[in-house]
Parts: sequence; structure tokens; C-alpha cells
Amino acid sequence: MTTGHIASKGLYFTIFAALMVLTAVTVGITYVDLGDLNLVVALGIACTKALLVVLFFMHMRWSHRLTHVAAITAIAFLVILFAFTLGDYFSRGALGELGR
Amino acid sequence: MASVDSSHVHHSALQHHFESLEQQKESSIFGMWLFLVTEVLFFGGMFMAYVLYRTWYPDAWLAASHHLDVTLGAVNTAVLIGSSLTMAMAVRAAQLGQRTAQVVFILATMFLGFVFLGIKAVEYSDKFAHHLVPGPNFRFEDATVARQAQIFFSVYFAMTGMHALHMVIGAGLLTWILIGAIKGRFTPEYHTPVELIGLYWHFVDIIWIFLFPLLYLVGHH
Repeated sequence: MTTGHIASKGLYFTIFAALMVLTAVTVGITYVDLGDLNLVVALGIACTKALLVVLFFMHMRWSHRLTHVAAITAIAFLVILFAFTLGDYFSRGALGELGR
Repeated sequence: MASVDSSHVHHSALQHHFESLEQQKESSIFGMWLFLVTEVLFFGGMFMAYVLYRTWYPDAWLAASHHLDVTLGAVNTAVLIGSSLTMAMAVRAAQLGQRTAQVVFILATMFLGFVFLGIKAVEYSDKFAHHLVPGPNFRFEDATVARQAQIFFSVYFAMTGMHALHMVIGAGLLTWILIGAIKGRFTPEYHTPVELIGLYWHFVDIIWIFLFPLLYLVGHH
């Protein structure tokens, strides 16, 4: 079949509702002082929302394995970008200056 | 192009170098995802800049972020998530061959996209009115972090601006599939453009899902 998996209306509305609830939670949580955890919670919620969109709205749950490879590649490249850049900036001066 | 010279009976949408419509569609979806990988890296560079400057200037980031309107940001998040729902429903209508529903949902997606851009325009003009646009007219109440706050607003305009540009391009792409849908080009066998534009639209939604907490909800209020 070329139509692919057809998700039910109910599923799409459930995902939509979950995304709206998570949006409300992420706004609400900023009025509670959790210190550094505020950022962790905000990013955790954003990642959960992104995952819901990718899995259901973008049909990742029902798509070909090659598509999964592409998505994982994106994350892998992001990890390299962030890890190497931050590793560089936060280790500057750690070894002292060359030649001294 | 249809393979007119073939002795087989082919679907008019099937290009000759593909075995079947299914293979053709899988290839298109894979290609779209590869494009989205490059888009992730494109926005990734800006997110990287954001992370670095935020760790360097946490105080300026907090002070500058409080100039953004959380309500407008939250409403826009809801609007965009709503447009993702209507987009998913448009793809579903295409899969089922429901032409009217397809047209209605594509129009709804475009409408919500324009609501988002309208709210964004209100926010941008407010930033201009309050001298919060980086440049010679930038003013910030706390002079000690003014230069660093300017970096926050540079990042803000770069990221939301690129995001808004993606929305405008998305509106153009939606217009294209709207015309196709009205003409009845899309069937349960062939509706790849609707599916691919859907992927693009959801991707743009995901970028905003990260931009909203990172720009509007720094620290606690």
C-alpha cells in the first residue's frame, strides 16, 4: 500500500491535547523557583513535545527504518557540534599557555 | 512524467526510474528527512551560540528575557501546535482521498500560520518601540549588562527571524499544495507533496517548541 499507515483522528487529537498540556506545564513551572532545575525541566518538556511531534505527526512511528537513521543522524551531529564546541570553550587556558 | 513507452500499466505519477509508487514515496520521504537533517544543523549552529552566550552572561540573559511577552509567546506556541494538528489532519485527508477535508485543513493550517506571524509582528514592533533592537538605538535599563543584553536580542532576532522566514516559505509551499488539492491532484495512491510539506511544517513547529522556553522562559518569574 502506498497510502502508508493512517492514524486515527482520536490519536492526533490526543497528541494535540498532550502538547497543549505540556505547554501549559512549561509556562506554569517558570513561576516556581527550582534553581538550575528550571532549565532542565523546560528542556525535558521541550524534548518530550518534539518527540511526540516526530513520532506521531511526522509518522516516524510507522515509517521506514532509513527514516529513523536520518533522524538519529541529526541528533548525532548535534551532539558532536555541542560537545566539541563546549569542550573547546570551557577548557581554554586549562593547559596553560603553550611555550611557557 | 508518466512512462508512456512502457508496456505496463503505470500510475501517471510514477516516474520511470522507480519500481513502484511505494518505493518512489519512500525515497521522497527519506530525501525530505535528509533535508531536515541539514535544517537541524542550520538551526543547531544558532542554538549553539545561544548556549554559549547564556552560560557566559546568565544575568544579562535573565534581564533581557524578561522583556519578552510570555503570554504572546505561549499563545503563539498554542497556535503553532494547532497548525501542526490541522497539517496532520490534511495529510490524513489526503491519505483517505477526502478532497474537501484536505482543502479545509490546508486552509486552516495557513490561517494559523498567518496568526502566528501576525503575533510575531506585534512583538517585533514592540521591540522597535522600546529600543530593544540591536544597533545604535539600543537602550537597556541596566547599563552594566546593556552590551550583553544586546547579544541576547541579536540571538533572539536571528533565531525567531529565521524561524519566521521558514514559516513564510511554509505558507508558500502550503499555497502550492492547496492548489493541487483543489485541482484534485492528490489521491490515496499519490499525495507525496502533501506528506513532505507536512514534514517541513512539523519541523518548523519543533524549532519553535525549543525557542519558546529558551527565549521567553529564562529563569523563573
